[in-house]
Amino acid sequence: MGIEPLEVLLRDHPFFRDLDASDIQFIAGCGRNVVFEPGAYLFREGEEADQLFILRHGRVALEIMVPGRGPVVIDTPEEGEVIGFSWLFAPYRWRFDGRALEHVRAVALDGVCLRGKCEDDPKLGYELMKRFASILVRRLQSARLRVIDMYRP
Amino acid sequence: MVSRSRVVIDRGGLQALIAALRSAGYRVIGPTLTAGAIVPGEVAAVDDLPAGWTDEQQGGQYRLRRRDDQALFGYAAGPQSWKQFLFPPRSLLWRANRVDHGETVTEAGGPVDALAFLGVRSCDLAAIRVQDRVFAGDGLVDPGYRARRERVFIVAVTCGTPGGTCFCASMGTGPAVGPGFDLALTELIDGNRHEFCLDVGTDRGEEIIGSVPSRPIEPEDEAAAHRVVEGATARMGRLLEVGGIKELLYRNYQHPRWDDVASRCLACGNCTMVCPTCFCHAVEDASDLGGQTAERWRSWDSCFSLDFARVGTGRVRTSTRSRYRQWLTHKLATWIDQFGTSGCVGCGRCITWCPVGIDITEEVRSIRRTEEA
Amino acid sequence: MTVTTELPEAWQSEPMVPRQYRVVSRRRETHDVVTLALEPLHGRGSPVRPGQFNMLYAFGIGEVPVSISGDPAAAGPIVHSIRAAGLVTRALCDSHPGTVVGLRGPFGTDWGVDTAVGRDLVIVGGGIGLAPLRPVIYSVLANRERYGRVSVLIGARSPADLLYTAELQNWRSRFDLDVRVTVDVAGGTWRGPVGIVTELIPRASFDPRSAIAFVCGPEIMIRFAARSLVDHGLDPANIRVSLERNMKCAIGLCGHCQLGSEFVCRDGPVFTYARVGRLLAIQEV
Repeated sequence: MGIEPLEVLLRDHPFFRDLDASDIQFIAGCGRNVVFEPGAYLFREGEEADQLFILRHGRVALEIMVPGRGPVVIDTPEEGEVIGFSWLFAPYRWRFDGRALEHVRAVALDGVCLRGKCEDDPKLGYELMKRFASILVRRLQSARLRVIDMYRP
Repeated sequence: MVSRSRVVIDRGGLQALIAALRSAGYRVIGPTLTAGAIVPGEVAAVDDLPAGWTDEQQGGQYRLRRRDDQALFGYAAGPQSWKQFLFPPRSLLWRANRVDHGETVTEAGGPVDALAFLGVRSCDLAAIRVQDRVFAGDGLVDPGYRARRERVFIVAVTCGTPGGTCFCASMGTGPAVGPGFDLALTELIDGNRHEFCLDVGTDRGEEIIGSVPSRPIEPEDEAAAHRVVEGATARMGRLLEVGGIKELLYRNYQHPRWDDVASRCLACGNCTMVCPTCFCHAVEDASDLGGQTAERWRSWDSCFSLDFARVGTGRVRTSTRSRYRQWLTHKLATWIDQFGTSGCVGCGRCITWCPVGIDITEEVRSIRRTEEA
Repeated sequence: MTVTTELPEAWQSEPMVPRQYRVVSRRRETHDVVTLALEPLHGRGSPVRPGQFNMLYAFGIGEVPVSISGDPAAAGPIVHSIRAAGLVTRALCDSHPGTVVGLRGPFGTDWGVDTAVGRDLVIVGGGIGLAPLRPVIYSVLANRERYGRVSVLIGARSPADLLYTAELQNWRSRFDLDVRVTVDVAGGTWRGPVGIVTELIPRASFDPRSAIAFVCGPEIMIRFAARSLVDHGLDPANIRVSLERNMKCAIGLCGHCQLGSEFVCRDGPVFTYARVGRLLAIQEV
């Protein structure tokens, strides 16, 4: 298996579905391939958030460390999804730990680079923002339903 | 009225009818004056009937009043229907003893008396037909109900004195007597005359009146009987427009009127207790302290009780709004899908016996009015 | 879905009298769920179909509806998984091999697995809602070649609340079954997904034009799962849901289980979402 160009990897990912090839090429300029072994951290709470991870393979646990309880998993994005929105908003710090549960392959897009491209090209910026918003809404709905604790006796 | 033959009897003939029923082995249950109300009770003779009494009914009001004649059936539906005899408020379903490695059922059901209902008004006869569909219709038959029902002889009566809360004419259940009677009476009273037009509905009705003195019916009697129905129809206290009512209520689960009625409703369940068709019941299991004998009882329940509908996570209908809506929507709409008939016979009891006078006809009217506006 | 009309004769005459069954085995699934296998004391049990339920009676205490959770094709005892939630279920869960319990049934509509032949299947179970779906999985696996792709999507409160864990392992190891499990809450040792069961739906592969979904769980989960399936292109008529209400008679007489014009005991518990979806969305029906 040869190394595929980044734009091909991005084009095949659901997050970028139906985005113009020129835009994908543009975005690929911000990216690099990354790999994490099971148990490795993609990022840790409080560190500078400078990346958006386009997950190509494997599952990641978003965790909060609770003293006395250990890590509590709050979400588990996996292949076909993306993680990391903290680079979008000041103060650009990770709010959670991101730990690989499996062998994880991803494209890491540089947050500063991506922000710059969105500022320069508001049409692309708006398109990406809509995609981020739909993911955030889905996660918010999931969190809301979990607040109900529907399996409670 | 589905009648095979008609004759005319007088007060003495009615006495002979009661005697004939009793000698045929029936306990005769008829209207009696008890504790300031006309309720079904054991009747041994015509003198036990509430001669010369009538009632005044309005929302939350029931008063007995003297008539200026000696009519025996000159009042509207009282607080109790015949439901209590066919579907008793509380009944034992079975009793079992624990024996080695198991239990044995020692008693299921129980002896059933043969009853003759005397003076079943058309609305209440319709209610019996409704409960027949519920307990002994196309679905699974309730053996206790069927056993009691099969032993009942029905002497119906044409309603000549509808009350202020009556609307049987709207529901198509009266005041003329509908199907299902063995015998039916229409009281003809004016001046010096006090007679009854007697219709025969069944073979056993025919048999029972074999010994009852009667005279052939004359055209003038027919006309008098007809006037009783016409007069009662004209004096009906309430009106409920039933056209498209099922769809109306299905469209209006979220109508603000439910909040309005909930602000008045006490959720006491009186309407369900006096309703002659309400069939919902609880099934309660119990045991003796030693845990050797267990029983299962059935008792009337009400959809107004908080615990009536539950899922694993708790109660389904916590608001009075939802419970009143359940009752009314069941009675007038979902019942039609369930049993092919309305659950309401227009007897007006739920209006009369509501402590705050909530009027089912008015609640429907106000929902309908907003759609028409 | 077929309505059971051919009730055993004993029920026709005395529908409220339970028959006696003996507990032949008891297996603890989780801290509050127990699976009991029951055998009639006298005679033979009645045939049951996946999705149907029995009324189980604890002597002198009371009676509750419980779905069958065993293999309907297997000869031998009838299997129920019971969650200890109230007096009666607690007493049933506390029974042990040899205990005699009462049983009336089976009652209600079934999942109609046979009518899903040739289709992709999406089986969605949340919490104890997996119990009535297990017979579907058994039926499908017994004739696996008759169905298209089969996804089993399972949600639970936490990893410790998962039912049938040994069988889950087995099912997951099959290549002809896509089994996905998610939990609402997990610690660091859980390696599977965390999230509500509806989030598994987009990850399953099925042909939305013809797939049949079988959904059971808390009512709120059913509502959201069915909506999500509709969003993914399923016809509401192809989504079958199994509902829960308290029941006192199970024969459509006591009135407690009404949902609109439906008696959940008799017209359900399995309904199409097309039939009950509107009612589920109205508060306190």
